[in-house]
Amino acid sequence: MIAIIDYDAGNIKSLQFALDKLKIESVLTKDLQTIREAKAIILPGVGAFKDAMDSLNKLGMTEVLREEAANGKPLLGICLGMQLFYETSYEDGEWQGIGLLKGSVNRIPDMVKVPHMGWNTLQKHKESPLFDKISDDSYVYFVHSYAIGGSYDSDTLVASSEYGTTIPAIVQKGNVTGMQFHPEKSGEVGLQLLKNYGELIS
Amino acid sequence: MLAKRIIPCLDVDKGRVVKGRKFQNIQDVADPVDLAKRYNDAGADELVFYDITASNEERNIFLDVVEQVAREISIPFSVGGGIRSIDDINSVLRSGAEKVSVNSAAVNNPDLIKEAALKFGSQCIVLSIDAKETSTGRWEVFINGGRKNTGIDAMDWAKRGEQLGAGEIVINAIDTDGEKNGYNLELTKAIADAVNIPVVASGGAGALEHFSTVLKEANADAALAASVFHYGEIPIPELKAFLVEEDIIVRR
Repeated sequence: MIAIIDYDAGNIKSLQFALDKLKIESVLTKDLQTIREAKAIILPGVGAFKDAMDSLNKLGMTEVLREEAANGKPLLGICLGMQLFYETSYEDGEWQGIGLLKGSVNRIPDMVKVPHMGWNTLQKHKESPLFDKISDDSYVYFVHSYAIGGSYDSDTLVASSEYGTTIPAIVQKGNVTGMQFHPEKSGEVGLQLLKNYGELIS
Repeated sequence: MLAKRIIPCLDVDKGRVVKGRKFQNIQDVADPVDLAKRYNDAGADELVFYDITASNEERNIFLDVVEQVAREISIPFSVGGGIRSIDDINSVLRSGAEKVSVNSAAVNNPDLIKEAALKFGSQCIVLSIDAKETSTGRWEVFINGGRKNTGIDAMDWAKRGEQLGAGEIVINAIDTDGEKNGYNLELTKAIADAVNIPVVASGGAGALEHFSTVLKEANADAALAASVFHYGEIPIPELKAFLVEEDIIVRR
């Protein structure tokens, strides 16, 4: 059972529906015990960084996520969920994140239209079982105004996308994985990525 | 490279997809869930649903449709029509939509954009603008389904919307809507050049060339259409093959 963290932000249902399609068992929950007992945790995300962190803190989730990450449990952050894994965000202020990954969340430079919205191609930086049946330059769906930057650890970069600058698209450090795009909204490619992730953690 | 998007638009009334011309003569077309799935499978990049119903009861039927659609498709979709409050936006997002588009309510209360962008993030707040060229020689913003002229300059409103936190603009040319003679290139380009957020062209698609022209010459990031898709006049795979030949980057 995968626990999808419910922190009252944005669209979480489509992720559940995608996992249902793949017959990957999941539960949408804010119950800390359920999250501790799950075999993996997904932190989804649509919304603003500060609101999300406030909700996670209020629910006592931040500590649990830190503990579970330290215990080696697989954690997947999607879009804002991935950004929350980092130390700091500069979205409308300066906010502290969960701090599982080194680096910061910064606004995409204005040389291009912001938000980065739509289908963009993935460039692979390293081999990963996540890429099983995923060809080079596959399109996935992005919708975000902020991206990982600062002093992030380039060794964690699994795939990126070009949009004015290099946008970290998939990051991985041990049991912690982040996807900046929405796999649940990225058609067949996205479903395959989720399927691969499901196999990776089972 | 970021691909240009092709977006079928579904007007939903009492749980059915309908299509009108210049916002009138509404005709019944199909079941929204079936149609959404068909477009998902045909390679549409995104879908837009406009709820054209009025009562609360019908609103609930619509939210059920949103949830069923979210269950069936694996591409993003946005929802608009009658969105008046943060609660409305929340319920649409919670039903499974990625984005919400605001139109009349944002004109009446621009702070709605700001509040919504802060709460849910700019990326899910779409400002939909219905514009028409008036005798004053400029494009003015119309609300209430194109019935009321606000006298607001469309360019000013687009820029203001961006400042308030909208993440995307849909620009619908009332004059060309449903006419199938092509998008309003001048209006679309003026808006696209005025803001630094994605702009979706809407109103007037009738032929393959209309899509390539608006994406290339008017700098639109996406092209929205309804009837040419609903009635099978332009199949999406054919449209995308055409756009590739025209050197436009699309997802295939």
